[in-house]
Amino acid sequence: MSVLGRIRRISGSLVVAEDMAGIKMYEVVEVGEEGLIGEVSRIEGDVAYIQVYESTSGLRPGEIVKGTGNPLSVELGPGLISQIYDGIQRPLEDVKKLSNSIFVKRGIRLPALPREKKWHFKPIEQFKHGSKVSGGTIIGTVKESELIEHRIMVPPNIHGVLKELSPEGDYNIEEEIGSVEQDGKKIPLKLYHTWPVRIPRPYQDKLEPNEPLVTGLRIIDTLFPIAKGGTAAIPGGFGTGKTVTLHGLAQWSEAKVVIYIGCGERGNEMTEVLERFPEYKDPWTGRPLMERTILIANTSNMPVAAREASIYVGVTMAEYYRDQGYDVLLVADSTSRWAEALREIAGRLEEMPAEEGYPSYLASRIAEFYERAGRVIAAGDPRRIGSVTIGGAVSPPGGDFTEPVTSHTRRFVRVFWALDTALAYSRHYPAINWLISYSAYADTVSEWWKKNVDSSWSEDRKRALEILYRENEVREIVRLVGTEGLSESDKLILFTARLLKDGFLKQNAFDPIDAFSEPRRQYKMLRSILTVHEAISALILQKGVTMSEVEGAISDPVAKLVRGRYTIPHDRTEEFDKIVNEILKKLEELQKAR
Amino acid sequence: MSRKGKRGIAGILESREVERIRGPLLFVKIASGVAFDELVEIELSSGEKRRGRVLDISSGVAVVQVFEGTTGISTTGTTVRFLGKTLEIGVSEDMLGRIFNGLGDPIDGGPSVIAEEKRDVNGEPLNPASRAYPKDFIQTGVSAIDGMNTLVRGQKLPIFSGGGLPHNVLAAQIARQSVVRGENEQFAVVFAAIGIKYDDFLFFRKFFEETGARSKVAMFVNLANEPAMIRLMTPRVALTLAEYLAYERDMHVLAIITDMTNYAEALREVSSAREEIPGRQGYPGYMYSDLASIYERAGRVIGKKGSITQMPILSMPNDDITHPIPDLTGYITEGQIVLDRGLYNRGIYPPVNVLMSLSRLMKEGIGPGKTREDHNDVYNQLYAAYSRAQELRSLATIIGEESLSPTDKKYLRFSEAFERTFINQLPTENRSIEETLDIAWNVLSILPENELTNIRPEHLQKYYKKS
Ligand SMILES: Nc1ncnc2c1ncn2[C@@H]1O[C@H](COP(=O)(O)OP(=O)(O)OP(=O)(O)O)[C@@H](O)[C@H]1O
Ligand SMILES: [Mg+2]
Repeated sequence: MSVLGRIRRISGSLVVAEDMAGIKMYEVVEVGEEGLIGEVSRIEGDVAYIQVYESTSGLRPGEIVKGTGNPLSVELGPGLISQIYDGIQRPLEDVKKLSNSIFVKRGIRLPALPREKKWHFKPIEQFKHGSKVSGGTIIGTVKESELIEHRIMVPPNIHGVLKELSPEGDYNIEEEIGSVEQDGKKIPLKLYHTWPVRIPRPYQDKLEPNEPLVTGLRIIDTLFPIAKGGTAAIPGGFGTGKTVTLHGLAQWSEAKVVIYIGCGERGNEMTEVLERFPEYKDPWTGRPLMERTILIANTSNMPVAAREASIYVGVTMAEYYRDQGYDVLLVADSTSRWAEALREIAGRLEEMPAEEGYPSYLASRIAEFYERAGRVIAAGDPRRIGSVTIGGAVSPPGGDFTEPVTSHTRRFVRVFWALDTALAYSRHYPAINWLISYSAYADTVSEWWKKNVDSSWSEDRKRALEILYRENEVREIVRLVGTEGLSESDKLILFTARLLKDGFLKQNAFDPIDAFSEPRRQYKMLRSILTVHEAISALILQKGVTMSEVEGAISDPVAKLVRGRYTIPHDRTEEFDKIVNEILKKLEELQKAR
Repeated sequence: MSRKGKRGIAGILESREVERIRGPLLFVKIASGVAFDELVEIELSSGEKRRGRVLDISSGVAVVQVFEGTTGISTTGTTVRFLGKTLEIGVSEDMLGRIFNGLGDPIDGGPSVIAEEKRDVNGEPLNPASRAYPKDFIQTGVSAIDGMNTLVRGQKLPIFSGGGLPHNVLAAQIARQSVVRGENEQFAVVFAAIGIKYDDFLFFRKFFEETGARSKVAMFVNLANEPAMIRLMTPRVALTLAEYLAYERDMHVLAIITDMTNYAEALREVSSAREEIPGRQGYPGYMYSDLASIYERAGRVIGKKGSITQMPILSMPNDDITHPIPDLTGYITEGQIVLDRGLYNRGIYPPVNVLMSLSRLMKEGIGPGKTREDHNDVYNQLYAAYSRAQELRSLATIIGEESLSPTDKKYLRFSEAFERTFINQLPTENRSIEETLDIAWNVLSILPENELTNIRPEHLQKYYKKS
């Protein structure tokens, strides 16, 4: 029997209800005559404090509050891909059709997955009546999109004997496709199941992330790589490029499934993805990006309580595809808005604030969220490895990285792409500051690069970083004493650093060629610049040639080399070699003239 | 179960028991039946009527925020009526050409408006799946904007300014000159004045009258000496009309809202009266979401002809862009135009700090068929070169200009020319995008060709002026 109480108090998204004895923490409730969705976030005696996921305008004390008996859960099954959901998994396209309005009306209830649609189900042959199965075991497949073979699994925590399994055929998600007998009880199997969002899905074992998640973004892949199953944060003041970078990751990453959570950000940024992803091709498969993407939108003007939930809704879906054995990328823009939602809820509950009004459990919540990333051996048969990689934007007030959300996030992620306002002002994009960013995966992924790209990747990466670090020191000196006192090799550092910045690190997300670089191209570009650097270095050290002579002699081909990132097409990377040869030839002439 | 209050005629519920008054808030004893966010009418013993809304409500007490303020209200002799609806305004096309107060009542002596529809001023969130991405280039005739921070139809692009800077002149210039090329339709303007000085209001009114644009402008005015709580409603009232005109009447609306700083201060006042835990500098923790509920009411919608382009103006306290008001605004809007005191003092109009300014929707609005094929490269190059020049400029102040290399010196000349001829223009000067780009090439051609690595060779060949 479900709990039935009454509203006592309303304050913004918080509703306090009485006569709620028997209600459970985090239980979903229906609030008021319209049945607005809410979640219990505190219980005192028979009084429940409820976060309401929709606007509470017009609610009155005395209206009824009904328990549903269930925690906030999501539906997991075929039909997730290509959808756009709100923060509590309502499909926004369907909301639009049903309400016949351009606005999100409240009180609308719709199933997350289409009920009518028939999916072509193929059972796994080896299973017959009586096979032993357990949570995670794959019993069949459905082609969800051209890119995704959806693997239908026995829901977690179930184990028993397979009683029936339907033959190949077309089924909708409510039809029974089989059943498991567990402890003498028959549990029906369908193409979907539900899972509570606040509880991580079980897996067999966690592995070390050691394969890079190739993103096509040069400064990321080459300097601060992210691994499959890894965690990364991208903090930065407004307009520094968090969203563009996350869009880039969602677009170009070598992930099987991408989940994009727009958490308290702009409506148009979701629209942009909705318009662009069906048109743009996944560089790895050539198929439209939308065929591997799920969007979750709680834009900044949508109810705040659902913002807090949206993160969990997204990560639960990510785990679900991970369990199928896929590499999933989850990007959340912005985790700060999620943290602010936590703060607002805590404030309305009159909890004791810790730093800057955030509740004392902020750090543990952030940690729990990033903990749900990882590369795992999935539960059930057959053995398969899947991963959830998480990239979260952080929006520090005033761009100050010492504020609570940024500083706590730093503790729990292994990659830190720090965006820099000064770089953004000068339109050096991506504005990732190479002096303070880091990746704990740089060493673990180097094997992959050595094997698949070039054996000197590690050394060259280090060399590039050294030049950039040294440039920073040299610039300090210049600021004090000017350029005149500089040694020729320091002048070379300035020259090469500029080449690295303009010709390699800068990457225009909106240029059709520049936006994406596959690993070999990245390495070629880097090596080209280093080759030039080494040749000049030999010349100035051994032959006493000056940098100004060098720069004069090679300015034409150097300009070409810098432009190469957006002028040289992907299938013509040998052009870089030609330019380098041209430069080497000019340098040789310079040497001969000595 | 609590006692159900009786609603009288037209669903009105009455209480005469004001328990407490704190700042702009009344704590009113009520029977149940009062709704959250409900509109309230307060009748003073003098017979004066004010309005307010329910901010918090429990079984016994409603917290009412009084728009006109609580001055003169007593705990005795006051009647509080709960009107059974949220704050609504009647909207109609006839509101263009009229002047209203901050709550939407006419104050120009004209007839009352015959509403075609009543709308809740809080609006509702646009479904992201209903939005259409803004792409249509708006030519404002201002080079610093058109060339470097292009505005598109349906964008929300604020002006960050400071006391004494010419943000009003710039906003007026944009309102007057803005066109979408190839269309001769003018923008309808919805103007919301939030706590501004009478002078500033006069400036805009005169400007709209002189340009003959009055018939396309609806003004909602809350002046500095008027009650602060109304400021929380004024932008919402104005945007409610804007939404009606855009999505029901197919109009392209430009919403100018000034000054959002006054809005945020009113928000802080309510928050502290409610004794909420303050966020940064005393502003409430929910200010981000609150501001978003205003700024996000801009855009285009699939299947609708109209659009809302928002240009809020805000003054940065102490010219500090990291102050919570500009900071949170920047986190919500699609870029910002930042005015700079240094440029202003050097006589540059409009004193736009292009490096700090940004238009996030520019990329879809420019290029071949929209502006010109070289626009993308040109603006990238201008940014790269101008920021390098700024660095060299500060270096030159330390080590002396003479110690710079010949190329570096050219950067300084470039930057001077860029500010004097590209950014600088007259408040009456309306440049076409071609003129803007041609001036850009004049200044870029000061630099050696090999420095222009952001520009494709074919564009260099066509436009670069070899000396
Ligand atoms: N890689 C890039 N290439 C080209 N332009 C970029 C790139 N990164 C960022 N930009 C520019 O910077 C602008 C701001 O970037 P973005 O919207 O990602 O900022 P943000 O950090 O997400 O800001 P906010 O916190 O306000 O959401 C973009 O609109 C774009 O013009
Ligand atoms: Mg962003």
